[in-house]
Amino acid sequence: MIRDITIGQYYPAKSILHRLDPRVKLVSTLLYLISLFLFRSVAGYLAATLFLIAVIRASKVPFGYIVKGLKPIVMLLLITVVFNLFLKKDGEVLFSVWKLTVTTVGLRNAVYMTIRLIYLIVGSSLMTFTTTPNELTDGIEALLHPLNKIHVPVHEVAMMMSIALRFIPILLEETDKIMKAQQARGADFESGNVMQRAKAMIPILVPLFVSAFRRAYDLAMAMEARCYRGGDGRTKMKPLRYKGRDWAAYVIMVGYVVSAAVIGRYAPFKIWIF
Amino acid sequence: MDMIQTEKLIFEYEKRDEDGNVIGASRAIDGVDIDVKEGQFVAVLGHNGSGKSTFAKHLNAILVPTDGTVWVDGRNTKEPQELWNVRQAAGMVFQNPDNQIIGTVVEEDVGFGPENLGVPTDEIWQRVEESLKAVGMLSYRHHSPNKLSGGQKQRVAIAGVVAMEPKCIVLDEPTAMLDPMGRKEVLKTVRRLREEKKVTVILITHYMEEVVDADKIYVMDHGKVVMEGTPREIFSQVERLKEYRLDVPQVTVLADELRKRGIDIPGGILRKEELVQELVKVFQK
Repeated sequence: MIRDITIGQYYPAKSILHRLDPRVKLVSTLLYLISLFLFRSVAGYLAATLFLIAVIRASKVPFGYIVKGLKPIVMLLLITVVFNLFLKKDGEVLFSVWKLTVTTVGLRNAVYMTIRLIYLIVGSSLMTFTTTPNELTDGIEALLHPLNKIHVPVHEVAMMMSIALRFIPILLEETDKIMKAQQARGADFESGNVMQRAKAMIPILVPLFVSAFRRAYDLAMAMEARCYRGGDGRTKMKPLRYKGRDWAAYVIMVGYVVSAAVIGRYAPFKIWIF
Repeated sequence: MDMIQTEKLIFEYEKRDEDGNVIGASRAIDGVDIDVKEGQFVAVLGHNGSGKSTFAKHLNAILVPTDGTVWVDGRNTKEPQELWNVRQAAGMVFQNPDNQIIGTVVEEDVGFGPENLGVPTDEIWQRVEESLKAVGMLSYRHHSPNKLSGGQKQRVAIAGVVAMEPKCIVLDEPTAMLDPMGRKEVLKTVRRLREEKKVTVILITHYMEEVVDADKIYVMDHGKVVMEGTPREIFSQVERLKEYRLDVPQVTVLADELRKRGIDIPGGILRKEELVQELVKVFQK
């Protein structure tokens, strides 16, 4: 069970979205997230929804799979709704029960925030579904490259990220092994309250840390033995190169943001209070 | 020309007390002289703590001698400006296959070395393909290294070194963590590389079976070279090898015991077939 955890949750498929340059996907995701906050009107959200649906269709990631990704944020959504619904006091009062009043502004905010949060999560998870962790680190490295000028070790950070990704399964396997070894000698990880169970984890963490440090030492030596000396003068086996489709994607994205902002602000389209 | 030459190599670890003050030195390598000619297959045998791994790390300039000199392809490993040339000339494969694979995909890991050397992209792809072919792992190029067996991982690690086009490959106990199948795989790969690419190979190990084909064997104990010679010369001294806590291959021990009982066969038998031949000769007389 513990080995099923995957960071980034890549969903392998052959779609145009999968083939896009990771930089395009990173920038587009950011633009989409920003676009969600440019308007507060039905027309605007309609545009955002249509665009999102189009992108989901293009990604070939099943809709149910994406919805599953929303599960962990259900609690967050509920809290947002409750706070927005009951704590806004301005606007017309729609109804009130006991000490709680719901106003038009509160209702509007609650609905808008919920939609925004859901689209935020869906939009960014679409990026991780269609981009392998490696591409992602490459993309981040390329995008943050200008920060090198102010002495941010961009290459080093990206290298650390990709090594961490490589070692996640190895360390998980090792955790599994240590747990089994301890259980074989009578350790109990399942009973007791939270504190007792947390305490039982210490004998797992200590050997895990020791071994992680030893691995890090070995790996550093192996990297040096293969002439690794930081990012300077290094070439890339898989350099990122923009292709026609990547520019097209940029154009579509900018087109969407501009039109969504315009429609969202100026389209005279209203339903009830929204 | 000599590929690798060490001259009175001495290496000392600093011993420290709990506060980190140096309280003395322990000598891991003590006056080692070794010569390896280009294209040779040289083995360094030794039990745990014999200093053989410390010695291996000198060939790649991971460690620098406390005293004495190491020349790799005519370059002194002590010179800081030669560091990367030395490391490119002598590639190194380590013991633990998991801890030396950097990439999350096989082909990316093999490309790591050439990337570091600044090789142009097209050539990296060419080198990756060639080296994966040389170790017989080309069909696994898109796999994740985590899903490979130990022997396969070690072959990928070897391909990663081969892609840097070194003149010499140092294998530091490459089979110590593998099962018998994996060991066979790795040794076969090394043999193939020697035949096809004509690289110099230095194999550090404590399995004597692995060094039967070597051109020359050095046996180390307590930081010193205690025996050197061809496999036949070394294997004929069964008693001495046992003193150094090395596992002498069964065939060699059997032949030695038979000889002690008065059967007329020569010393230093290395392979089963050889013993059979000798015994047939004895019985035909």
